[in-house]
Amino acid sequence: MLNFIIRRVAVAIPTLIILLIASFWLMQTAPGGPFTSERPLPPQVLANIEAKYGLDQPILKQLWDYVIGIITQFDFGPSYKYKDRSVNDIIAQGFPVTLTYGIISFVIAIVVGGILGMSAAIRQNSMLDYFAVGVTIGAQVLPNFVMAPILILIFTLWLGWLPGGGWNGGQWQYLVMPVIALSTSYMASIARLTRSSMLEVLRSNFIRTARAKGLPDRTIIWRHALKPSLLPVISYLGPAFVGMVTGSFIIDSIFGTGGIGYFYVNSAFNRDYAVMMGLTILLGSMTIMFNMVVDILYAWIDPKIRL
Amino acid sequence: MALLEVRDLSVHFDTTDGTVTAVDKISFDLEAGETLGVVGESGSGKSQTVFAIMGLLAQNGNATGSVKLAGDEILNIPTSKLNKIRAEKIAMIFQDPMTCLNPFLRVSDQMAEVLTHHKGISKSEAVRQSVELLDAVRIPEAKKRITMYPHEFSGGMRQRVMIAMSLLCKPDILIADEPTTALDVTVQAQIMQLLDDLKKDFGMSIILITHDLGVIAGSCRETLVMYGGQQMEYGTTRGLFEMPTHPYTMGLLKAVPRLDIETERLATIPGSPPNMMNMPKGCPFSPRCEFADERCSTTRPTLDGVVGRKVRRRACLKSLEELV
Repeated sequence: MLNFIIRRVAVAIPTLIILLIASFWLMQTAPGGPFTSERPLPPQVLANIEAKYGLDQPILKQLWDYVIGIITQFDFGPSYKYKDRSVNDIIAQGFPVTLTYGIISFVIAIVVGGILGMSAAIRQNSMLDYFAVGVTIGAQVLPNFVMAPILILIFTLWLGWLPGGGWNGGQWQYLVMPVIALSTSYMASIARLTRSSMLEVLRSNFIRTARAKGLPDRTIIWRHALKPSLLPVISYLGPAFVGMVTGSFIIDSIFGTGGIGYFYVNSAFNRDYAVMMGLTILLGSMTIMFNMVVDILYAWIDPKIRL
Repeated sequence: MALLEVRDLSVHFDTTDGTVTAVDKISFDLEAGETLGVVGESGSGKSQTVFAIMGLLAQNGNATGSVKLAGDEILNIPTSKLNKIRAEKIAMIFQDPMTCLNPFLRVSDQMAEVLTHHKGISKSEAVRQSVELLDAVRIPEAKKRITMYPHEFSGGMRQRVMIAMSLLCKPDILIADEPTTALDVTVQAQIMQLLDDLKKDFGMSIILITHDLGVIAGSCRETLVMYGGQQMEYGTTRGLFEMPTHPYTMGLLKAVPRLDIETERLATIPGSPPNMMNMPKGCPFSPRCEFADERCSTTRPTLDGVVGRKVRRRACLKSLEELV
């Protein structure tokens, strides 16, 4: 196990380096720059600004300086757009917000989706099953940029129960709608995955053996069927977690929560190189880390996988 | 009173294309300490018959008729009552040992849970007794191997584990549903020998399902021949082999390769088993039967004689003299 983790970390480092180089290069080759705007700056002014940020250097030199800055001082550079803030400031401010509602959404999606999917599978073709399938299909086809305004319409404008946006240090009233809007479609996917894999497992030969052994349904489901039903769900959890923490641009925009999703997408529009790179590295490392966690979970569940 | 009395057992499945009859009015008795062979082609309803007895039919399946264990009805009783019979009174082993053990649990856990659940003994005592049974089915180094996962066992070893697991509660009846079909021939012989030995040691009855007549000849005193979900012929194995009285049994025996007679090609029964969705109106075997006439395709024969009487019984409209 320890051996496996060490090997995975060893592979993670080159992966990150490739990610870093590729995104740095792609970003630089995209037309435009952080200081190009509709009204062009005088060439002399532009040259001065670019010199200040080191953008006049050759690209390899820029990359080198950037990497050295990260390694020696853990400095991801300044934002070109928000002049008084560094990338570190933006991450320090936005990432806790994103993590908070991302993790809550993740937990809710797993718990609600898992229970819904399992109970639907156990009572296949019952009213509960039809209800679960209906709800999950509805939730999957309703994108969060549609759901979010509907939630605001109902809970803020009509009922007046919840604030329509903002963060306010993450008080629960401010969390409810972002979490619902973010977690619903993931919850639905998890429910559908759990349902279908559980149905398959319940029809398998070893479940028939368990029934022939005279074990009660409770034991059969929790002891014999749960683990194998979870395998496909677990492989979905890695991407789902990263998705919930990164795909939050819509949530950040509509609810004004101020997470990194908002900064990430805007940095791409503004060619805010340093912010974009910083967030890419952050999210890239999280993706790599989570896939590793998923692999370890897999091995823990399935004895045939040796680490 | 026989240990197990099966009367008019039928199994139907509700499908989107209508109701399919997989087993049609099967009746037989199983005496204590006896081995009954059930033989027939794939899809003849052998497995569904015993699944119905064990209450293991698929969700869309339902069984009618009567199955009495020591005089008590066990067909279609609530699962909670059935769970007291499964493993304790009737245990079962299956066709494909590769997929019948839970790949996610250690063998020790899968075996011990039978005892902890049915006998209420401690886990460590249950494991100790499980090791004893693994020894009894001749798994070497049982104490060490019991903590392994199923994928660390070969097919034959897994079937041994299944057998050991089924015997934990010392059941009265062991149902073996094609226990050797998925195994190679040398292992087959070992497993059949093992079942014979265990039957004597444990004093249990066995229902042995197979499509291998050699296996039947070796282990079963009585044999039931099934085709298209129906009983074709029933009698002592010796009697059936020496003088089959049903065209289907005759065909099956002719198709057995023999070493003492030189043949170019193996004999076969022409045609293929009937489609369950579209069963012939008369005798299910009539489309393939060389003796069939008009009457056979319109009138369905039933098994003659009386259930439980140990005489030859056959379901054929033709008299013995006509079948020459």
